[in-house]
Amino acid sequence: MNYRAIRSLKGKKVRKGIFYGHAIPYLEDIEIKGRFIVIEGPDASGRSTQIELLSSKLEADGHAVLNAGLRRSELIGQGILEAKRNFVLGRRTISLFYAADFADQLENKIIPGLRSGYIVLSDRYIYTLMAREAVRGISSSWSRNLYGFALKPDLVFYLDVDPNGLVHRVFKKNSYLDYYESGTDLRLSDNMLESFVMYQKLLRKEFKLMQKRYNIISIDGNRSITEINQDLQKRIDDYLQNLQNDK
Amino acid sequence: MPYNKNITEKSIPMQGKLIVVEGIDGSGKSTQLRLLEKWLISRNIPVFFTEWNSSETVKQITKKGKKSGRLTPITFSLLHATDFADRYERNILPLLHAGYIVLADRYVYTAYARDIVRGCNPNWVKKIYEFAIRPEIVFYFKVPIDIAVDRILSGRPRLKYYEAGMDLNLSNDPYESYRIFQSRIIDQYESLSITENFTIVDGTMEIEESQRFLRSIVMKLLPLSFPKNTKRSTRP
Repeated sequence: MNYRAIRSLKGKKVRKGIFYGHAIPYLEDIEIKGRFIVIEGPDASGRSTQIELLSSKLEADGHAVLNAGLRRSELIGQGILEAKRNFVLGRRTISLFYAADFADQLENKIIPGLRSGYIVLSDRYIYTLMAREAVRGISSSWSRNLYGFALKPDLVFYLDVDPNGLVHRVFKKNSYLDYYESGTDLRLSDNMLESFVMYQKLLRKEFKLMQKRYNIISIDGNRSITEINQDLQKRIDDYLQNLQNDK
Repeated sequence: MPYNKNITEKSIPMQGKLIVVEGIDGSGKSTQLRLLEKWLISRNIPVFFTEWNSSETVKQITKKGKKSGRLTPITFSLLHATDFADRYERNILPLLHAGYIVLADRYVYTAYARDIVRGCNPNWVKKIYEFAIRPEIVFYFKVPIDIAVDRILSGRPRLKYYEAGMDLNLSNDPYESYRIFQSRIIDQYESLSITENFTIVDGTMEIEESQRFLRSIVMKLLPLSFPKNTKRSTRP
C-alpha cells in the first residue's frame, strides 16, 4: 500500500497521502479516502479509450470515478497550447509551465477528489513530464525535485507500444504527426516520420529507467483494445478486492 | 542531434555581466536601477533591463490566476518560476553571452523570499532555480519597514490581494497584512544577504548618494572595451 495507514482514536483506519518529495506544507497530513490510478503511455497508445472503458466499468460496480490528466487546468492549460503554437518557449520554461498546470490540477481536482472518496483515473502523470524533460537534457534530479509535491498513486500502468507500430496508430487517429509528439524541437531527423520513431524510442527508454523507482506496471499495448482492457481491469479489480479483504 | 548534455548553458563563455537589485517594495531599488541604466547607456555600453514577472507569455496567466484568487503557494511559485525561466532562456542568458550588461530588477532571491514566506520548502524552491547563473553583484536595498511601507502606502492606497499577502491569512486588514508580510520577507532577505553575499545599500540615503555608491561599484565590473555595432539599449 502506498498510503500510511494510521488508526485514529476511534479505531477507524485513516489513510494519509504520501508524497514523492517535499510535500506541500499544508497538505502534508491530508486524509485520503479514494484510490488513485494512473495510465501512462505514448500518444495514440489508446490511453483515453482505456480510461473510458475502465471508468464505465468502475462506475457500474458502484465507484465514483473522476478523470484527470495533463494540460487540463482551466488556468494554465490553454496558455501552454497557445505558447507552444508560437514555438517561443525554451525547454526549461515549458517544463515549469507544465509543472504549474499539473500543480493546479493536483490541488484543485485530484486531491479534493481523493479526499471525498473518488477513484481518480489520471490520463498521464508526472512520469511523462519527467521523461520529456530527460530526453531534452534536463537532469533527473532537477525534475524529481520539481515534482516532489506530487502525490504517489496507488497504481501506475504504462501502455507499452512498439514505436514503429505507434506511427500507424497515430495516422489512424490524425492524418499528421504532431510537432511536439514527434520531438521535432530536438532536431533528431529532417524526416518527420523518422523523428517521431526516434523520439518515441527515447521516451520509451526513459520509462524503462523509471519503472522500478516508481513501481510502474508495464502493459503490453500492442494487443487489441479488448485484450488490453481485460488485462487492466483484472489488475484493478484484484487490487480493489485485496483492499476489501484487508478491512 | 538532441541537446548535447555535455554542453551546458554554463559552459559557453559569459562575456556580459549580470547586476541585480533586491529589496522590498518601496526600498528604492527600481529608481536606482533605472538611473544605472541611463548612465550605462550614456557611456555607450550595451545594456538590457529586465524585471520580475514581465514575460509576455506568462504574465497574462499569472494575472488571471491572481484575479481569480485560485493560486496556491505552489502554483504561485511555479508560475513565477515559468516567467523567470522564459526571460532567462530568451533574454538574460543569450544577452549575457553576447556581452551585455544585464540589469535585473529582482532575481531568484525574490522567489526564495516570497515562496518561503508562503510556506514552500526552501530546498525545493532553491533547486528549481538552480539553472540560473549567479549574478556578478546583488545590491540589497535595506530599509526600515516603516519607511518602505509609508513610501508604498502614501502613493498607492489600494493594495492587491497577493501583494498584501492576504492569501496567508495574516490579518483581515490589508494594510496590516501587508506590513506583516513585508517584515517576513525582510527576515528572509536578511538571512540571504549573508549566504548569498549581497552588497548592502542603505535605502534611507539620498537618491544621488546611493547612485554614486552603485556606480562606483559597477564601474569596477566594466570591461575596457565593448563589442562594436551592438544596439545600445534594448527594452522588452
